[in-house]
Amino acid sequence: MPARARPGVAVSFWEFVADRWNRLAVEALLHVSAVVQCTLLAAVIGVGLGVAVYRSPLGSTVATALTSAILTIPSFALLGLLIPVLGLGVEPTVVALVLYGLLPIVRNTIVGLSGVDGAVRDAARGIGMTRLGALTRIELRLAWPAILAGTRTSAQMLMGIAAIAAYVRGPGLGVEIFAGLTRAGSANATNQAIAGTLGIVVLALVLDGIFALIGRFTTSRGIRGE
Amino acid sequence: MASEIELIDVTKRYAGSSEPAVDSVSLTVPAGEIVVFVGPSGCGKTTTMRMINRLIEPTSGRITIGGTDTRSLDPDELRRGIGYAIQQAGLFPHLTVAQNVGTVPGLLGWGKARVADRVDEMLDLVGLDPADFRDRHPRQLSGGQQQRVGVARALAADPPVLLMDEPFGAVDPITRGNLQDELMRLQAELRKTIVFVTHDFDEAVKLGDRIAVLGTRSRVLQYDTPEAVLANPADDTVAGFVGAGASLKQLTLRRVREVELSQAVTASVGDEPAEVGRRLAGSGHEYALLLDARNRPVSWVHARDPRQPRPVGDSVSLQSTLQDALEAILTEGGAAVVTGARGEYVGVVEMDAVIGTVRKLRDEHAAEVGT
Repeated sequence: MPARARPGVAVSFWEFVADRWNRLAVEALLHVSAVVQCTLLAAVIGVGLGVAVYRSPLGSTVATALTSAILTIPSFALLGLLIPVLGLGVEPTVVALVLYGLLPIVRNTIVGLSGVDGAVRDAARGIGMTRLGALTRIELRLAWPAILAGTRTSAQMLMGIAAIAAYVRGPGLGVEIFAGLTRAGSANATNQAIAGTLGIVVLALVLDGIFALIGRFTTSRGIRGE
Repeated sequence: MASEIELIDVTKRYAGSSEPAVDSVSLTVPAGEIVVFVGPSGCGKTTTMRMINRLIEPTSGRITIGGTDTRSLDPDELRRGIGYAIQQAGLFPHLTVAQNVGTVPGLLGWGKARVADRVDEMLDLVGLDPADFRDRHPRQLSGGQQQRVGVARALAADPPVLLMDEPFGAVDPITRGNLQDELMRLQAELRKTIVFVTHDFDEAVKLGDRIAVLGTRSRVLQYDTPEAVLANPADDTVAGFVGAGASLKQLTLRRVREVELSQAVTASVGDEPAEVGRRLAGSGHEYALLLDARNRPVSWVHARDPRQPRPVGDSVSLQSTLQDALEAILTEGGAAVVTGARGEYVGVVEMDAVIGTVRKLRDEHAAEVGT
């Protein structure tokens, strides 16, 4: 193990990464874990919200507008605004990420559910499925590709936004980027910022690949577009 | 097994609309019969049908199935006991054909093996090979095949009552004809109580044991057998809906076996032309029909030219409709040859027999109305 602290000595990027590998790996793990957990939470809330409003045009419009509005707040500002309420650390990070993750999921849930063929919905009820049965066994299954696509978009978006959470002492690779940027000019500052950024890009690609696989294995052959 | 359906003063009123969508409809669908609700688009026929399985709740009035008030049952339970087939089939695209057909038995809690057996039986019944179709998804089926699966799904739990909402509306005319024939064959076997909704009067005539012609707000303009509706439309609206060619349509309701057949002069294909000529000479006929060794019609010969036989083109069976017979008479030019079950010669139908039948039908129903 090379010594971790060699202040003032500029090294190449790869040496820097090798030097800091353990720390970077832990931060990458925290980053991905925060994003995945927040995406899941956003998916649960978003699908629930979508299910609650998709039958009503007014409800759908309001839910979409509201979640869009959240997305227009600069993440930096939202995180800052959360500090007085939730303090620093994990809580504001989770709240901000979940809020940002909602829009694509809510919108795609509404689009997916209202895109279910009326004849299919009519048949489901007509042959004696309960409302809940028709929703869980038919409608949500058919909306699933859209919901999954929304969740995938959210996950990608949260990957980037999670970096900014370092501002409120949130976990993840954002720590490296922020540290690098605040020390701009000093030795290895650029290496540090690039390591954090590149790490996020790699994680995002891997996660996207995993989503593609999930889609492949959880979508019925009967509705898979190929 | 089948149950009678009774609608008593059934009314549906939607909030915010002064006129009811369905206005005090009363009619009885006899057990084991196909009753067709026919009427123009937007007349409320579908709404009326959907009130039977409570997809739409009546505002007032009562509907009983087999004597049981439908309101006394849980709506979901009620629907599991009523077959439901709709336009475009409404198959679940993410499920296989087998899963689609097995849905209702599944909801009723049947065991896996029993459901699988039943699915195969149903696919057989609607003319789809289970081995080939069981594991397909709906999008891998043609429109006609989807409708068949839709019907199989509706029948899977052996419900006594079947509701069909324009189930053959979205397929091409030839497939529709085949599906209608299939339904009639199924019904001859199963004898369900079927409420069938369509805007196609010809379909109503073909399938219905009775036709309920519905006007605006689902008012029953006439409720009678197809023969009676065709022969004696209750009013101008019904007459307009029956449309031109009512007499021609009546011909689809009568079978060749119901009319008196004439006999042509016959000879064997092996007979000498002179012998054929002799037979024709005393008969007053101009043509003779030549039969082969197994008594099957082969060709016509004219008295003047017995060496030039003309092959029999279009023949009809005893089960054919008079419309088919008329078509054959027109193409053959005088008489249509009627054959029996093994293709043997039975007789011929002539124009006069067809005209006589139409006249008789009209007189019968005029007499009924007169009494």
